[in-house]
Amino acid sequence: MGLEQFKNRNVGTQNYRLLDLGETPKTGFGQFKQVAKRTFKGELFVGLWVTLREMINALFRGEMHTVKYPFEKLPISPRYRAIHDMLRLLESGHYRCIGCGLCEKICISNCIAMETRYDENQRKEVSEYTINFGRCIFCGYCAEVCPELAIVHGPRYENASEQRAGFSLFEDMLTPIDKLNLQQEYDGFGAVTPYADENIKKTPLAY
Amino acid sequence: MEATALGIVIKAIIILAIISAIAGFGTYLERKVLAFMQRRLGPMHVGPYGLLQILADGIKLFTKEDIIPQNANRLIFGIAPAITAATAFIALAGVPVFPDFTIPEFIPLLGGTFVPSVAADINIGILFVLGMMAAGLYGPLLAGMAQANKWGIIGAARTAIQFLSYEVVTGLSILAPIMIVGSLSLVDFNNYSSDHAWLMFTQPVAFVLFLIAGFAETNRTPFDLLEHEAEVVSGYATEYSGMRWGMFFIGEYANMITISILAAVVFMGGYNDLFFLPGWLAVLLKISFVFFFMLWVRAAWPHVRPDQLMWLCWKVLMPIAVINVVVTGIVMMV
Ligand code: SF4
Ligand code: SF4
Repeated sequence: MGLEQFKNRNVGTQNYRLLDLGETPKTGFGQFKQVAKRTFKGELFVGLWVTLREMINALFRGEMHTVKYPFEKLPISPRYRAIHDMLRLLESGHYRCIGCGLCEKICISNCIAMETRYDENQRKEVSEYTINFGRCIFCGYCAEVCPELAIVHGPRYENASEQRAGFSLFEDMLTPIDKLNLQQEYDGFGAVTPYADENIKKTPLAY
Repeated sequence: MEATALGIVIKAIIILAIISAIAGFGTYLERKVLAFMQRRLGPMHVGPYGLLQILADGIKLFTKEDIIPQNANRLIFGIAPAITAATAFIALAGVPVFPDFTIPEFIPLLGGTFVPSVAADINIGILFVLGMMAAGLYGPLLAGMAQANKWGIIGAARTAIQFLSYEVVTGLSILAPIMIVGSLSLVDFNNYSSDHAWLMFTQPVAFVLFLIAGFAETNRTPFDLLEHEAEVVSGYATEYSGMRWGMFFIGEYANMITISILAAVVFMGGYNDLFFLPGWLAVLLKISFVFFFMLWVRAAWPHVRPDQLMWLCWKVLMPIAVINVVVTGIVMMV
């Protein structure tokens, strides 16, 4: 694509349409004519029809929009950053975290605290790992920095609590060993949302 | 058959019990219909399909603290809601709510009592009903002025202008049908439409004017200036809480029912048999339709400004109503 083509791409493909608003009446008689026209044009009945149509659609065509929230939940985007999950290796079932401490270091609100030690095979082992969700701002740096894709953001967004400090321990966030086959990889930052093509319009570069 | 005092008392109790129940149920219907029109579900969780929601609301209204603001005129503040609710029910005394019936003989004590369709079949029925509903506007007016609140004052001022505007139109619009029927009694209206075409078709202008004025009278949406939340917080009801507030709304819904009944009886053929439908069912359907129409309009149309309401009533509707009366008179003379 040449530069000229590049600059002109996606410009003017939208069909902008000027609304025909007519002229504002200036004389008294003009105003009267406008009132009479609007009265007998039946615009009010258009309004009535629109609401009735929506009612029919909602009741009989299944277009009800209500989601009964605590009982029904909408799917959320894979990019959503909610309460963290600790993932396991799929083959061995061992947790992925290698205790490198990068997440603790990068956390800008200092809410990750961890302790590690060498186990009998001289491997790093996580002995304590806690996230204070009262402080976490869900920035996602920890998930981004993790070299092992061990700490990720999960879909649990209901994190209201009765007190400011709320701690989550390593075991609470770790995928339960019997749910290993259900473990979902986190697409993370920059992951395209599902149906992105339908939902996103390109930004025009020039007008 | 002659209506005895006992029959009238029974009728009054029936009206009071059933209409206040329906008025409460009306709030449920309104929320449901508005919700459906906005593709929502409305109340769903109290009882099946939220049917018991009014019960929950009732408990809430009855147990809420009854607050009287410091600088309010306590006496008038207390009386005002009663005016709205009482006049709404007094107005219902003059309209035929159900057909006549006689209590079956096998019921002890009351057996054989004739219960008339109208609690008080006074010969000026329609004037009485409209007059009572107009008197009901004293409720918001006094409430707004008694509560020492600026929104209340604005609500009261709006009540006054609304009252002055629509009342003329109601009277004039109903005048043409009255001339045709030659009586003010609602029973005569009903009998008239049993052997003539519905007045809705012979007097379409009067019908439309009456509906518009009826919306203003019950302060429903295109004309709900008195308590429009977006502009005057809650208008005349700003300082009200608990059951006093509830009384305003029972009054409003009872008024809606009255207007629906009036429209059904005067313009839409009343409780005469319609094709295969028995009279009581026909009138119920008509009343429900007018009631539904009020909710429908609330969902569809924006409301007008106070000055637009005055402009509409005085400069447009009143001349049309007068012309309608004159034309009707000329046609009747010729
Ligand atoms: S999301 Fe941000 S604030 Fe929360 S633990 Fe990770 S790095 Fe810290
Ligand atoms: S960055 Fe990842 S691997 Fe390193 S300590 Fe944190 S969770 Fe474990």
